[in-house]
Amino acid sequence: MSAAPQKAKAGAEKIEVIVSAVVPVNDLVTRFEFRRPDGAPFPPFSAGAHTVVEMNDAGRTRLNPYSLMSDPADSGTYAISVRRDDQGRGGSLFLHRNVKPGDRMTLSYPVNLFPIDLRGRKHVFLAGGIGITPFLAMIAQLEKLGARWELHYACRNEALASYADVLTARHPGKVRIYYDDRKQAIPLGDLLDGQPLGTHVYVCGPKGMIEWVHRTATEHGWPDDNVHSEEFLAPQPGQPFEVRLCKSDMTITVGENESLLEAMERCGVDAPFLCRGGACGQCETDVVEHDGEFIHRDHWLEDDQQASGTKIMPCVSRFVGPTLVLDR
Amino acid sequence: MSKFQFPKSIASRPVYGTLAPRPGKAHLMMADAEGAEALLDLAAQDAGLMGKAHILYIPRDTGQTYTDRLRALEPAQLYVGPSFDAALPRLRRVLSDAHMGLQVYLAGTEGLMGRAAAEVTAAGIPLGAVQTEHRGSVARRMQCVHCKGITEDVTTDPFTCSHCGLNLFVRDHYSRRLAAFQGVCIDAEDPGNVPEPVELYK
Repeated sequence: MSAAPQKAKAGAEKIEVIVSAVVPVNDLVTRFEFRRPDGAPFPPFSAGAHTVVEMNDAGRTRLNPYSLMSDPADSGTYAISVRRDDQGRGGSLFLHRNVKPGDRMTLSYPVNLFPIDLRGRKHVFLAGGIGITPFLAMIAQLEKLGARWELHYACRNEALASYADVLTARHPGKVRIYYDDRKQAIPLGDLLDGQPLGTHVYVCGPKGMIEWVHRTATEHGWPDDNVHSEEFLAPQPGQPFEVRLCKSDMTITVGENESLLEAMERCGVDAPFLCRGGACGQCETDVVEHDGEFIHRDHWLEDDQQASGTKIMPCVSRFVGPTLVLDR
Repeated sequence: MSKFQFPKSIASRPVYGTLAPRPGKAHLMMADAEGAEALLDLAAQDAGLMGKAHILYIPRDTGQTYTDRLRALEPAQLYVGPSFDAALPRLRRVLSDAHMGLQVYLAGTEGLMGRAAAEVTAAGIPLGAVQTEHRGSVARRMQCVHCKGITEDVTTDPFTCSHCGLNLFVRDHYSRRLAAFQGVCIDAEDPGNVPEPVELYK
């Protein structure tokens, strides 16, 4: 058994917070700042960590992970920046439309699935769009350590380049911005080749960008251990399907617009989770029996595990077929 | 035949693989004695590799057996030196000038691979990205855990520490930092009661 204390409920421990500021950054992105009601310091976090924000959206509980972008040295504030996704499942829209300064909310303790490798001699950050958020915390942490870093930040255009002005003003020699509408692109191959031994590269952005960086780094002879990425997946809607949960002894139906994990929670099953975005591996569940096709969408299971039909990550993956029995 | 299959052991003991060409911007190869055979096999797999290769080679007791064959591979740079310590300043200089995309290939004795791997990882390449292939002698580089002295090329168990003279038992417990196995006094409780030394792996 692990020495870690046994938790009563799934997910990380929770923190009650008050929204201290809601700051529009541009047309799509808003920053939300939180403090604790009793003025107590927040638990410390390492740069790259995320928190799961709990939202009560007219009786429906939404749990969305967001990277903490605030300075890890500032224990009085947690801050996240949220990009409004008009086609998304509604979490970001809820935050943008309904959350006001003074509101009480619940966050999870920070969990870090995207830490800085502090053995690195140098750290190269590659951000795409709202993928800038974890790097804001990383830059703050590395500046205090006096460590070497540089940021290459690709944005759609100047108006949507969140924090680009602040970053370039503060760190003029270390930040390069690339604008899509000016046909600028990160010169990835050249960047990778010129780095001193012991450099680590970190990428956060759209799926295509993350795959591009991993593939190019491998082609240029970079060890996998020196390439870090984080992408939270939002669960995708799909055909409703039925699941038999044998430990809980119940059969539930996963609706079109909810994830398997959310359906289990709705039915009172205390299923484990941390990131809710297919990255952390916490919700990995054994498949007892199945007749149908899995739609695996996670970054956790290996390809052969996904193909084997013996595991599923309920936070993002779905199933199409008449029979699915899980060991939960 | 220069290959030896080490018996399965504790997790601390290093395991070695077979060198294979990997994509990279530059290729650093270091070998001693029969380790040259692993580099010759490697070159045979990818003719393009040697044009970007820097070979550091320590022939030890193989003399001229392999040096001409290595030269015939036409590596970008070939250094042939008398000992690992003689080659060390060059190795460190190569690593300090290197960029990401460097591939590292080590072959030969455990002592050479361990010492080179320690230098390479200290320079920032993760151990998992360093390729190794054992060839030749199974002699070990041992650290006396009592006096901390290193005895190179130990071939028997137990053996006598070349620094403090204690009778040492050869353990599989390995230090990556020191690139040495640990030797522990075998007759501490009953001085003089030392088993007859046997050749390693016999």
